Amino acid sequence: MISQTLLDVASKNSILVAFLFVGLVVWLSYWLSGKLTRGRLHGSAIAIALGLCLAYAGGAMTGGSHGIADIPWLSGVGILGGAMFRDFAIVATAYGADVEAIKKSGFIGATSVLLGVILSFTVGAVVAVLFGYTDAAQITTIGAGAATYIVGPVTGTALGVGSDIIALSIAAGLIKSILVMIATPIVAPMIGLNNPHSAMVYGGLMGTTSGVAAGLAAVDPKLVPYGAMTATFYTGVGCLLAPSVLYFIIQALVG
Amino acid sequence: MVVYGVALLAFCTLCGVFLGDILGSLLGVQANVGGVGIAMLLLIVLSSMSSKKLHLGADTKSGINFWSAMYIPIVVAMAARQDVIAALSSGWVAIVAGVAAVAFSFALVPLFARMGSDPPPLETSEDRAE
Repeated sequence: MISQTLLDVASKNSILVAFLFVGLVVWLSYWLSGKLTRGRLHGSAIAIALGLCLAYAGGAMTGGSHGIADIPWLSGVGILGGAMFRDFAIVATAYGADVEAIKKSGFIGATSVLLGVILSFTVGAVVAVLFGYTDAAQITTIGAGAATYIVGPVTGTALGVGSDIIALSIAAGLIKSILVMIATPIVAPMIGLNNPHSAMVYGGLMGTTSGVAAGLAAVDPKLVPYGAMTATFYTGVGCLLAPSVLYFIIQALVG
Repeated sequence: MVVYGVALLAFCTLCGVFLGDILGSLLGVQANVGGVGIAMLLLIVLSSMSSKKLHLGADTKSGINFWSAMYIPIVVAMAARQDVIAALSSGWVAIVAGVAAVAFSFALVPLFARMGSDPPPLETSEDRAE
């Protein structure tokens, strides 16, 4: 009876459970960061990695596609971690951002978005060809997936490829997003990711809003608004270029 | 009032997402184009404007700062709801394509960041004065 009531309360107050849950994960992560790494690996980086592990566990337990949020009493995590709250919080980080820095890096930031889309697309398309794909629409869809997991399915749907290829393109985008979350704090010192300017370039080149958002949070939360600012244009540019110009180029190349 | 800050933030986010969707359909793509970026610019413009004319009170600011501070917990929740299993189990093409795209993009960050900061690109000399 007690456990049933507990489950009922948790399901009815799902966002509150999510606050508690995320609070515990963050607390554990900062504790681990201090104890095990003496603060060398930042607490937020551990928290994000832990979140991904929990997502894996949740997916394995339920067979669903929303990670830990598919467990009924943790469904609030899905809302808290969904696009609405994510965008709301990202916009909040812009409060107090340095307007001059944004103006100064605006041009190079915009250029990096264009270059980032083309670069990721090209890499994805080449990988598709190396794995034996010969159909232009399929190659384009996989290339688009290497941009972000939204560009992939949008492109695939526009070009009319099978759902297996679309699933593949989403997976490529997910791998990218997850890897950006984990790898950013590790490579940040090597690529000079420590100022608003390079954060804007980084956001434009990487493009995955969730990856960039989490990656920069683990490096320095102050850099988040600059990276997010450019990353948010990436998916739009990708959806614009992949099913049109980039598809025509691939078509011309593979005959 | 704290709620003024939260309301201002909600206004900016909604405007941005709305304009991003409109921009997306004008361009004929099924995606939001720059919604969050537009919202951020709007918040920066509105908050710097009101500091001269209306002046954002400390309470109003704390309404915005709270959500800014909730950012990392929200990102942790976002990580916890990703489809990690699908990403890892759908075959080598996806994994290789994703990993290679990230590796190449990382490699270009320092190259590109340097290009923008050392030689002033299309900027007047007074912008670079300091």
